[in-house]
Amino acid sequence: MILRSTTNHQTASDAEEHHHPAMSILSLQNVSKDYVAGGQKIPALSDVSLTVSGGEFVALVGRSGCGKSTLLNLAGAMDFPTSGTVMIDGQVSSTLDEKAQTRLRRDKVGFVFQSFQLLHTLTVFENVELPLLLAGKPRARKAAEERLHWVELDGLGDRFPHQLSGGQMQRVAIARALVHSPKILLADEPTGNLDTTTGSMILELLRRLTQEQKTATIMATHSVEAASVCATLVRLRDGRIEEVVRR
Amino acid sequence: MRLGLMVLAVALGVAVVLAIDLAGDAAAGSFHSSMETLAGDNDLEVVASGGVPERIFATLSTEPVPIRVTARMEDFANLPNSKQTLPLIGIDLIGEGSRFILEGAVKSSSSSKDTGYQTSFEQLMEPTSIWVGASLKKNPGDTLELLINDRTYMCTVRGVYPDSNGTENAIVMDIAAAQRILGRTGTLDRILIKLPRNADLGEWEKKLDAGLPEGVQIRPQGSGTTENRKMLAAFRWNLRLLSYIALVVGAFLIYNTISVSVVRRRPEIGVVRALGASRADILFAFLGEAVCLGVAGALLGLPLGRVMASGAAKLMALTVDSLYVSSRPGLIELSAGSVALALLIGIGVSVISALAPTREAMQVSPVEAMARGRREYTVQVHKERDVLIAAMLAGVAAFAARLPAVAGKPLFGYLATVLLIASASFAMPALVSFISRATSKLLGRLFGVEALLASRSLAASLRRSSVLVAALSTSVAMMVSVGIMVGSFRQTVVAWMNDELPGDLYLRPAGNPAADRHPTISVELTEKIAGLPGIAAVDRLRAYEINYGGMPVTLASVDLRVLHVYHQSDFFSGRPTGEVLAELRGQANVIVSEPFTYKHHVKAGDTLQLGLGGRKDSFRIADVYFDYASERGYILMDREVLLRYLPDPTPSTLAVFLQPGADAQAVRAAILEIAAGHQILIFSDKDLRGEAIRIFDRTFAITYALEAVAIIVAVMGIAGALIALVIDRRREFGLLRFLGASSGQLRKLILVEAGLLGLFANAAGCVLGYFLSLILVFVINKQSFGWTIRFHWPFPVLLGALTIVYVATVLAGLYPARLAVRLNPLEVVHEE
Repeated sequence: MILRSTTNHQTASDAEEHHHPAMSILSLQNVSKDYVAGGQKIPALSDVSLTVSGGEFVALVGRSGCGKSTLLNLAGAMDFPTSGTVMIDGQVSSTLDEKAQTRLRRDKVGFVFQSFQLLHTLTVFENVELPLLLAGKPRARKAAEERLHWVELDGLGDRFPHQLSGGQMQRVAIARALVHSPKILLADEPTGNLDTTTGSMILELLRRLTQEQKTATIMATHSVEAASVCATLVRLRDGRIEEVVRR
Repeated sequence: MRLGLMVLAVALGVAVVLAIDLAGDAAAGSFHSSMETLAGDNDLEVVASGGVPERIFATLSTEPVPIRVTARMEDFANLPNSKQTLPLIGIDLIGEGSRFILEGAVKSSSSSKDTGYQTSFEQLMEPTSIWVGASLKKNPGDTLELLINDRTYMCTVRGVYPDSNGTENAIVMDIAAAQRILGRTGTLDRILIKLPRNADLGEWEKKLDAGLPEGVQIRPQGSGTTENRKMLAAFRWNLRLLSYIALVVGAFLIYNTISVSVVRRRPEIGVVRALGASRADILFAFLGEAVCLGVAGALLGLPLGRVMASGAAKLMALTVDSLYVSSRPGLIELSAGSVALALLIGIGVSVISALAPTREAMQVSPVEAMARGRREYTVQVHKERDVLIAAMLAGVAAFAARLPAVAGKPLFGYLATVLLIASASFAMPALVSFISRATSKLLGRLFGVEALLASRSLAASLRRSSVLVAALSTSVAMMVSVGIMVGSFRQTVVAWMNDELPGDLYLRPAGNPAADRHPTISVELTEKIAGLPGIAAVDRLRAYEINYGGMPVTLASVDLRVLHVYHQSDFFSGRPTGEVLAELRGQANVIVSEPFTYKHHVKAGDTLQLGLGGRKDSFRIADVYFDYASERGYILMDREVLLRYLPDPTPSTLAVFLQPGADAQAVRAAILEIAAGHQILIFSDKDLRGEAIRIFDRTFAITYALEAVAIIVAVMGIAGALIALVIDRRREFGLLRFLGASSGQLRKLILVEAGLLGLFANAAGCVLGYFLSLILVFVINKQSFGWTIRFHWPFPVLLGALTIVYVATVLAGLYPARLAVRLNPLEVVHEE
């Protein structure tokens, strides 16, 4: 109700028309994704088109199995469409070879997961540095210190994940996702394993960082409260965009 | 795949133990068993060092008692064409009317279609008439060349007898012909006595002994075989224990597999417990799994062991031949006992290894195990407590290593070895943890983020990684320790030979050498050689196979007139060679080898009672010398003294000393010229050293084979464990792909982890191996064989072996790495 009263309502095609493609960091054009299970084709996404610009915080909402995670995976070049194109910062993901795809992920995409997905054998610093270390980039520690400052975890760098609270762990995960200054930040139910207060703090953090860092942030969520923080709400149903709400 | 590797690990462990057991039975004393078979069913035997005088046979035969007395000549003949060595047995063909020889011979002769050959007594008595086993594939009338001592004889096969596929194969001839051909007219090697039915063996032994001269011994028939088996006991015992190493390594791996299985299946255990399963049900489920693993391993290990036994028997027979007694691999029989042993080992090891993890599974509480969103359960590792236990075990091991042998067996030495391995296993978690943590950053800097992740992962999964390191390091430690022991032994032998082989040329009859075969060179040839220009002196060494203290011993005589001048030997007393040898000249004094003193618990100054040539006399041990030629032990006396007892002047070996400036090649050519018609081999001191080292290396071939199996089992374990690791950490690998890791980086991560496991295991194995080698060299070897070995690090050999193990460990990571790369990150990251 709040969303409807405060936002413009558009169909999926309207959304594309009103969005300037030159500004977009992520662009999905008529994307369909089918999976095959037991010899049967199961459509996960059907003819989805969406563009997201830098600094835009998009919430993907819909029931389980509606295609949120599939869309995130396509947006992160972790998966590729059956038809249509996914363009990440000007590069069509499906045309790249494996090395280029890896490079694309390393440079342009950051992931945040519901269950934090920190490596428990590494310290906070090392977890945050990891994408830079994997990419062989220099000055990883300095970047990690800076990102930890962004997420207000200064001084906790030498701790191990099991010495942190759930909220702190998710903040470390966000710092890790941002350490390489990605163009796109993809968050899959980032508050799903947190209590309400901590969840709100994390959402506010994501919103702030999206604006400050001008990342295109897409968050898949079941939570209405989480979705309310986002400037754009994309409602998915049975693999199709049912509604796009921009505030 | 992983389960398959575990079953294979158990199978290999079972196979090795079984192979050594079967091969040991087959290799030990098979020549003697053929001699015993051909000797027939008798009760007592009469023997004497240097032969039993014929008159004793006459005396026994004419005793007014209801006994059957038969005589035997027993030696060895070489078949130059096939390079085989077979027992040569002389029996009284007419008097004895041997059941199988004569019957077999007549049957074979009359059935011969080619010649229609008719056996006659004249032919039987001919010195070149022989009977052979069917496995030689000869027919009556065929000829067969035999090399006996330094002469070859063209013999005619008069008959063929069934020889159980060669295990009872021997060359049989008439006893008189054998005496002539062996140059031992007037003596017999053995007199066999058949007592009346139900006779008291002990009573008859005592009764007949009363009528025998002092130096002649009467004993139950087959005592020689028993003695040989007794002599071989230490060798077989040590080999058997070495074969258990693969099993120990397998046990580590089963323990690891079941442990990981318990950890992985905790939620499942929780559900089953919540649905009403008791702790006993969990116990039976996991132990049942271990039993299945054991049964599968044993069933696979049985045929594998049978195949391995054939190879092992050949290797063992070579060692037995070189160091102990004439042997050749016999039939390998997979009996019901062997099957039971395999099952017992397979199931036993599996169940024992599974006990601790099963106990852990039983203690899983349903609520805790089923808790949602729970992180991987990490098993508590009590590092500090384990280090304390490790220190205590090491202390007890050090104490046990100082204790003496029990009944000739280094039981406390073995105990010390086991305790040391256990100590290392307990210390391993702390060691792996410490090294991983201490070096992870450095490794990260040196080899990239993959090395950092790999070392942290090892430290984090301590329980699993430490067991793997313990398993591989145990194999490496055994390899290092045996490598050091063999290397030290080899170096000691090389140094010893430099002192011990002062001659320029050595001569011995052609044919395969063995520790208990002493073929001779004719006196006439010896004298001719001694008279050749350029030769300063010839030492005539004569060796006899005798019995002392219920064990076979080599009695040898040397020409002290020669040796006194040329020889430099190491004696226990440290006295100069000349001084010691002077005590031997013409006197009832002997020197004995180090293994002899150890076997018979004697020392310099003690007196030996030796029965020689029908007499029994006392000989004082003047000194003890270091000797590595034979484990059976030597008694050495002056040639002049021995000839008083055994007046056979033919020497077994000649050591030729050249005059200064003489041309060795010319002298060699001259010897060969005058030795025409004699089958002798000439070695330079260098040849002889090379030959000795070749025999030495061959002797230890089987230990290397056993170590290789243990290493293979451990490397298989590493591969299996890495597969499990990939499965368990699939989410982490998926996450790394999300974070930008390439497939190459994942591969490198697994390979670095395998490499680190290999590195830790090699490092720990080297340290443990060093301490084990001290026990092997100074305790187990000393107490088993009586050899003093000087410690030596065989660096090139060890470095080569360790490199191979390391490379194998890294290669073991290839398949798991492939699995990790093929994981679908989308599937694994979202698994909960």
